[in-house]
Amino acid sequence: QQQQQQQQRRHYEELAHKSGFSTEQIKNLHKRFRQLSGNKETISRANLDSIPALANNPIKKQIIDAFFDKRNQRQDDEVGSLEEIGLEQFLMVMSHFRPPAHKSGEEERQAARRQKLRFLFNMHDTDGDGIITLVEYRKELLSKSGAIGHQAAKAIADAAMLEVASTNAPHMAPDDFYEGITFEHFQQILKGLEMESRMHIRFLDVDTTTMRCGKATS
Amino acid sequence: MSPRRGFRHPGSFGSSLPERGLLLLVLIVLLQGSLLPFGAASSPDVGHRDEADVHAEAEEKHNFTKKPFPVLSFEYKHIQVPFEISLWVLLASLMKLGFHLIPRLPGIVPESCLLILVGLLVGGLIKLAGQKVPPVLDSNLFFFCLLPPIILDAGYFLPIRPFMENLGTILMFAVVGTLWNAFFIGGLLYAVCQIQPNNPSDLHSLELLPCLLFGSIISAVDPVAVLAVFEEIHINELLHILVFGESLLNDAVTVVLYHLFEEYSGVGSVTVIDGVLGVISFFVVALGGVLVGAIYGILAAFTSRFTSHTRVIEPLFVFVYSYMAYLSAEMFHLSGIMALIACGAVMRPYVEANISHKSHTTIKYFLKMWSSVSETLIFIFLGVATVDGQHNWNWTFVTVTVVLCLVARVIGVVGLTYVINKFRIVKLTTKDQFIVAYGGLRGAIAFSLGFLLDKRHFPLRNMFLTAIIIVIFFTVFVQGMTIKPLVDLLAVKKKQEAKRSINEEIHTQFLDHLLTGIEDICGHYGHHHWKDKLNRFNKKYVKKCLIAGERSKEPQLIAFYHKLEMKHAIELVESGGGAKLSSAIPSTVSMQNIQPKKPAPAKPEDRVLPKLSKSREEEIRKILRSNLQKTRQRLRSYNRHTLLADPYEDNFGEFLLKKQKMMKWRPHLPMFVCCFNTPGTLADPQAYSMKPALDSVPTIQVDLASPQSPDSVNILDEFQRSEQAAAAEEGEDDGGLMMKAPTRPHERCNAGEMDAGTREKLSRCLSDPGPHAEDEDEDEPFLP
Repeated sequence: QQQQQQQQRRHYEELAHKSGFSTEQIKNLHKRFRQLSGNKETISRANLDSIPALANNPIKKQIIDAFFDKRNQRQDDEVGSLEEIGLEQFLMVMSHFRPPAHKSGEEERQAARRQKLRFLFNMHDTDGDGIITLVEYRKELLSKSGAIGHQAAKAIADAAMLEVASTNAPHMAPDDFYEGITFEHFQQILKGLEMESRMHIRFLDVDTTTMRCGKATS
Repeated sequence: MSPRRGFRHPGSFGSSLPERGLLLLVLIVLLQGSLLPFGAASSPDVGHRDEADVHAEAEEKHNFTKKPFPVLSFEYKHIQVPFEISLWVLLASLMKLGFHLIPRLPGIVPESCLLILVGLLVGGLIKLAGQKVPPVLDSNLFFFCLLPPIILDAGYFLPIRPFMENLGTILMFAVVGTLWNAFFIGGLLYAVCQIQPNNPSDLHSLELLPCLLFGSIISAVDPVAVLAVFEEIHINELLHILVFGESLLNDAVTVVLYHLFEEYSGVGSVTVIDGVLGVISFFVVALGGVLVGAIYGILAAFTSRFTSHTRVIEPLFVFVYSYMAYLSAEMFHLSGIMALIACGAVMRPYVEANISHKSHTTIKYFLKMWSSVSETLIFIFLGVATVDGQHNWNWTFVTVTVVLCLVARVIGVVGLTYVINKFRIVKLTTKDQFIVAYGGLRGAIAFSLGFLLDKRHFPLRNMFLTAIIIVIFFTVFVQGMTIKPLVDLLAVKKKQEAKRSINEEIHTQFLDHLLTGIEDICGHYGHHHWKDKLNRFNKKYVKKCLIAGERSKEPQLIAFYHKLEMKHAIELVESGGGAKLSSAIPSTVSMQNIQPKKPAPAKPEDRVLPKLSKSREEEIRKILRSNLQKTRQRLRSYNRHTLLADPYEDNFGEFLLKKQKMMKWRPHLPMFVCCFNTPGTLADPQAYSMKPALDSVPTIQVDLASPQSPDSVNILDEFQRSEQAAAAEEGEDDGGLMMKAPTRPHERCNAGEMDAGTREKLSRCLSDPGPHAEDEDEDEPFLP
C-alpha cells in the first residue's frame, strides 16, 4: 500500500514536470479522468462524447478531436490521431490551458502564447498539412454556428481569408494563389487578442481546495 | 469610449482665423457676462412689478384712457427664466468651442480646469456687478437635469465585456474602497478635531457622526470628473473601466452612508442594529436600483419592437424610459445612477437590433451632446458656486481633509489590490495601482450632497462646503493636469486604436466555445459555463420577445459582419468612390487570389443564371414600380411623420450606384487595385457582390435612376455569386431597367416570407451614409 502510494507520487511528479501542473492539480485531474473513463486506464472518443453538457457545444467534434490529435502532445512533428489517450496525454492537452504564471518574463509569455496559438491552429488545420486552406476555413465556420447558412458562412470565410492575405502578403500579382493561412500568418492576425491571458481555465490556477471536480453527469 | 467632442478644428486653416475667432468669442462672452447680471437684477423686482401692473390695469379698465398703441415694447421678465437658461447653455458651448480654437491649450490643461476657471470668472463678474449670484448648483437642478444625461451616456455605451470580466475587482474598489475611505477620513478627522485642547475652536463642536457623514460625502470617486479627465488621456481599456466602473458603482454606498449618517446625526448615536440595517439597506439600494433599471430597460426594448412604422420617435423612447428609471429609483431612495446604468446596458442590444440606423445615430449624438453640455455646465457652475458660497475657512480642517483624502485613497488601493490579485489572472501591477489611486477624482456630486445638508442639523455646513470645494479643486486641477504627463512618463499602456477585424471576431467566438467545452470536460462550472448558459437563454427566449421580426434569429457573427460591411460601404462613399485610398497597407490581393483553383470549368448549373419564377419576377417588378413612383414624388412630399418610411430617403442606393459607375467607367483601373486595406477591411468592391446572405432573408437593393447614369435601375442581388456573375455584370450595359436574376441554389424560401423580409431589410439596411452623400444628392437636378 505504501509502496503503491510512493509509486503514484513519483508518477505524479514526473507528470508534473512534463506538463507543468502541480501535483495537487494532477491528483484532481486524475480523479476527473477516472470518472470520464469509467475507472479504466484510457479514455476513448465515446467517453468524451457522452458528456451531456458538451451536447450543446457547436464545436464539440473539434474539441474532442483535439484531445486525440497527436500534434497537441508536443512531441515534435508527429501527425495523426490516437484512438485512446491515457492520463499523460490528457494532461498534456490540458496544459495548454494553464494561465500565465504571475512572475513570468517576456520570453515565457511569448512561448506560452505560441503554444496556445498552435493548439488553436491545429484545431483548424484538420488535414494536418500546416496550412489552413479556404475550404477548411469554410467548413469550420459552417459547423461552428449552426444558424449561419451556407452562403453566409462561405462569404464570411472568404472575407476573413482575404483579410489574412491582405495583411500578410500584400503584394500579390493577379495570378498568384494564396495557399492558405500558415502558422506565422495566424499568429499575426491574432496578435491583438492577447491569447496568453484569455485562453485559460480558471480552476487550474486557484488552490485546489476551491476546485470542484464535478460529477460525470454534469 | 468615443470622445465627447466631435469637433476638431482643422489645422489647415491659417493661424489668423483661430485668433480672430478667439477675439470674437471673448467679445461675445463679455457681452453675455454683462447680460447675466441684468438678468439677475430684474429677478428681485419681478414680484413687485407684477402687482403694480395689475393695479394699473384695473385702473385703466375703469378710466378707459387711451394710450397710443405700443409699437415696440420691452418686457424682460416675461421670458426671463428660459432666456437665462439658454444664455448659460450658450456660454458653456461657446467656451467649449473656444478652448479648441486655442492651438495648444487642450493638450496641457484639461477642459474641466478651464471650465471651472471660466465659472469663477463669470461668478466674479456677477458679484462685481453687485448682483446676487443665482443659486446655480441647486441640488434639484443638478440631480434631475445635469447628472442624468452624463450617466445615461456612460451607461448606454458601457463596454459590457470588459466591465463584466472585471466586475469583481470593480465591486471591491467601489464598495470596500469607499467604505474604507469614508471611515478612515471621518474617523481621523474627528480625532484631529479633538486634539487641540489649548485653543478651543469651532472644531471641537464637531461630533463623530457629522465627521463620518463628511467622510462619506468626500470619499466617493466622481464619475463626471473621471470621465472628463480620463477621456483625454486615452489609457488602456482595463484601467479606464476599473476607475470608471468604480465611480459608477460607488453611488449605492454613498447613498446608504449619506442617509444613514444624516438620519442619525440629529440623534447623535448609531447602534449596532442600525449598522446591520444599514448593511441590508445597502443591498436593497444597490440591487433594487439595478432591478428598477432592468425593468425599464426591458420595457424600452419591448416598445422598440413595435416602432417600425414610427421611426421618428424611436430615440424618444430610449431617453424617456431611462429618465423614468432614474426618477423611479430616486423615488424609493434607491441608487438612481445604478438604475440608469442598468437600464442603458440592458436595453441596448435589443433596441439596437430593432431601431433604424438613423435613430441609432440620433440617439448617439443626442446623448453625446447632452452629456457634453451637462458636463460643461457642471464645471462652470462649480466655479460660480465657489464665488458665491458662504465660506468658512478653517486651515486645519481643510488641509487635514486634503491630506487624508490622498492618504486614504493610496492605502485603500494598495491594500485592496493585494487582496484582489490573489483572485485575478491578469494581475494589477504597481503602475496600474498608481493610476487607479491617482485617478480617484472628486467632483460635483460631492458638492451637491454637501449643499443638501440642512444648516440646522449641521452648523458647520459651510466649513464642510469649503473643504469639499478645496478637495474638488485640488483633485481636478492638480491631479487632472498632471495625470497626462505622468501617464506618459510611466509609459502606461494606452488604448489600442485598432479596429476589430472579422478574424478576431471569429476566433473570439471560437475561443468562447472552446473554453466552455474544456470546462465541461473538466466538469467545472466556471465562468464560461455560466456565460454560455446565459447566452443560450438569451438567444432562445429573450431575443424572441424583444427583437422584432427576422433579426431575432440573426447570429452574432452575421450581425457583426453586416455592421462591418456597412461601415466600409460608408467609408467608400466618403472617400469619394475609392479614388483616395486611405489604406495603411495597400494591397493588391483580391478574391481571385484566394479562391481555390477549380480543376474544371464550373458545373453547367452554376453557369447559367437560373430563371426567375413567375411570382418572384412579379414581386421585383412591383418593387421597382413603387420605388420609381416614390422617387418622382420625393422632392414634393415631405412629411414629418413618414420621414423614414420611404426607403428611398436614404442614400444607400446612391453609393451602390457610385460603385457601379466606378467599376464601369474607369476601365483603366485594374479591378483588383480598388482595394483598401487596413486590417479588418473587406474585399475590394469587385467582390462586393459576394455578400453574406441569410438563407431565409434574401435582400434586394434597388438603385435609383439618376440623371448622370443612363443605365438607370439595377437590381443588385445580395446572394452569393460565383465569379462568372461578376463577368456577366460587365456585359450588361444597356440603359433602362435591368434585372439580374438572383442565383438561388435553394428553393426553400416561400414568397410570403421573402416579402416581409425584403421590406424589412430594405428599410433597415439603408443607412445614412453621412453628410457628404446627402449633399451630393441635393445637388442633382431631378427629372420632373
